[in-house]
Amino acid sequence: MPGNRCARQSRMMETDIKFHFRLGRGDFRLDAEQAIPGTGVTALFGRSGSGKTTLLRCIAGLERVEEGLFSVGGECWQDTRAGRFIAPHKRALGFVFQDGRLFPHLRVRANLLYGHRRTPRDQRRVLLADIVDLLGLAPLMDRYPDTLSGGEKQRVTMGRALMNSPRLLLMDEPMAGLDRERKGEIMPYLENLRTRFSIPILYVSHDINEIIRIADWLVIMENGRTPDAGPLDRMLSRIDLDIAGHEDAGAMLSVEVIKHDDTFHLTEVRFAGGQLLIPRAARQIGDRLRLRVHARDVSLTLDSPSRTSILNVITAVVTDVAEQSPSRVLVRIEAGGVPLLARITRKSCHDLDLRAGLAVYAQIKSVALGE
Amino acid sequence: MNPDLLALWITLRLALVSTLILLLLGVPLAWWLARTRSPVKTLVETMVALPLVLPPTVLGFYLLIALAPRGVIGGPWQALGGNGLAFTFAGLVIGSVIYSLPFVVQPLQNAFTAIGSAPIEVAATLRAGPFDRFFSIVLPMARSGLVTAATLGFAHTVGEFGVVLMIGGNIPGETQVLSIAIYDHVESMEYANAHLLSAGILCFSFLLLFVIYRMNAR
Repeated sequence: MPGNRCARQSRMMETDIKFHFRLGRGDFRLDAEQAIPGTGVTALFGRSGSGKTTLLRCIAGLERVEEGLFSVGGECWQDTRAGRFIAPHKRALGFVFQDGRLFPHLRVRANLLYGHRRTPRDQRRVLLADIVDLLGLAPLMDRYPDTLSGGEKQRVTMGRALMNSPRLLLMDEPMAGLDRERKGEIMPYLENLRTRFSIPILYVSHDINEIIRIADWLVIMENGRTPDAGPLDRMLSRIDLDIAGHEDAGAMLSVEVIKHDDTFHLTEVRFAGGQLLIPRAARQIGDRLRLRVHARDVSLTLDSPSRTSILNVITAVVTDVAEQSPSRVLVRIEAGGVPLLARITRKSCHDLDLRAGLAVYAQIKSVALGE
Repeated sequence: MNPDLLALWITLRLALVSTLILLLLGVPLAWWLARTRSPVKTLVETMVALPLVLPPTVLGFYLLIALAPRGVIGGPWQALGGNGLAFTFAGLVIGSVIYSLPFVVQPLQNAFTAIGSAPIEVAATLRAGPFDRFFSIVLPMARSGLVTAATLGFAHTVGEFGVVLMIGGNIPGETQVLSIAIYDHVESMEYANAHLLSAGILCFSFLLLFVIYRMNAR
């Protein structure tokens, strides 16, 4: 069929989510095109004003676009060239808006059931009891939204979106309005949600730490465009991207728990590049977890360090060096093929004569549990 | 029947019928005004607001002409088989609807505007179609606006005088409403009767508004 690009693309990868949207609003232009995995959490990362929210609204069918193409799991929702546009209320998606937007005239229960009641019976895949349990909503069910705290509101909003039995969950900075404590309260629910339901999530954020905790895939958004995308660990160790300049820049390691050390309260984990000791983690042997290694916590030596207070020293090879400021450089290294970042002074880089291909010892001062 | 009771009955009937028609017309009109970006919006808003500033006699005068057998409203009405409109109850309803329209449209338009597009978009992402969204989200959220609009429309119709006098005349049992009956009593120096009706309307208006403000304050 001529012009039916959705159909053509869907034959290539049935499970993917593909989008291409173009629109102009005053000075702002959106021209975003990417394909993202049909499972797991994809983070849309960019500065405010880069078009993240607009892109989500396009996906939901809430924006008038010049050109739009969107398919999820081989199902085409929009293809302007073929004249195809599925109205927002006919798209099986869940949208968690930044400011919650609960219906003020409905109690929590009615809010949760709003989309569910409008979902055809044979498409309902989520049970109210599961959502109430997952998000801890039981004590809130008969309350009105204006009596809820910010964190409670966001939990209800997430529940309401999930009760819509979505094929895709869109989350627009669901924690932006919350303080650190509330964020900490929501995060576990969000992580549960990710593991309990096999619904792909597109998660907008400008907080790299949030993304590291929950995302598997990262799409970079800049000035209305989506120039780069890839698996989170790969993207985090790219030194040519904006995130590399972030104070919290660093790599993410996927590791396996192999041993607990009760004497010194440590846990030994393994990844392709070697073994690491981390503070005792409440995990079983064999569990996989994500570790966050900040670039600022990695230092490099040419000789094997001896008699050092730093427990974790691994061998690695320099793959790239990028100057970040007149005083600092970011060095990308690989240990067993796994990328890591080290932020060091330009003087050290010069003194050690670091360049691609050089073998080094990386000292990891500390790691943070990513989840 | 006592002519005063008859006037009361006609007044209430007129106010009820007019309020019903006002809501049926006013809700879609206010919704359109709240959402549209059409250039005719300002024109329509101006026309709706005119009865607020026009002397009722001016409005009544033009209505009288329009309702006449060959007028812009009366002509088609009679062509469709209706009887004359001027000096009839139906004519009064038309006059009241036009006269009270701003009192219904403006609170509704404000209520709809205050809701904004956010809740409507949320409902759209939750599988609610356009009509569903209007009835499940917009109307309940505009509840206080609706109550205010209905009350003002009703009360304003009860209290109208000039327009009624121009287009309805003063036919007991057909077009004589309370405000006109009061005027008649005063003209005939029957102050006791005028007091009774006036005090009745005063109390009624006060109570109605008080109840509404109480409801909206919650």
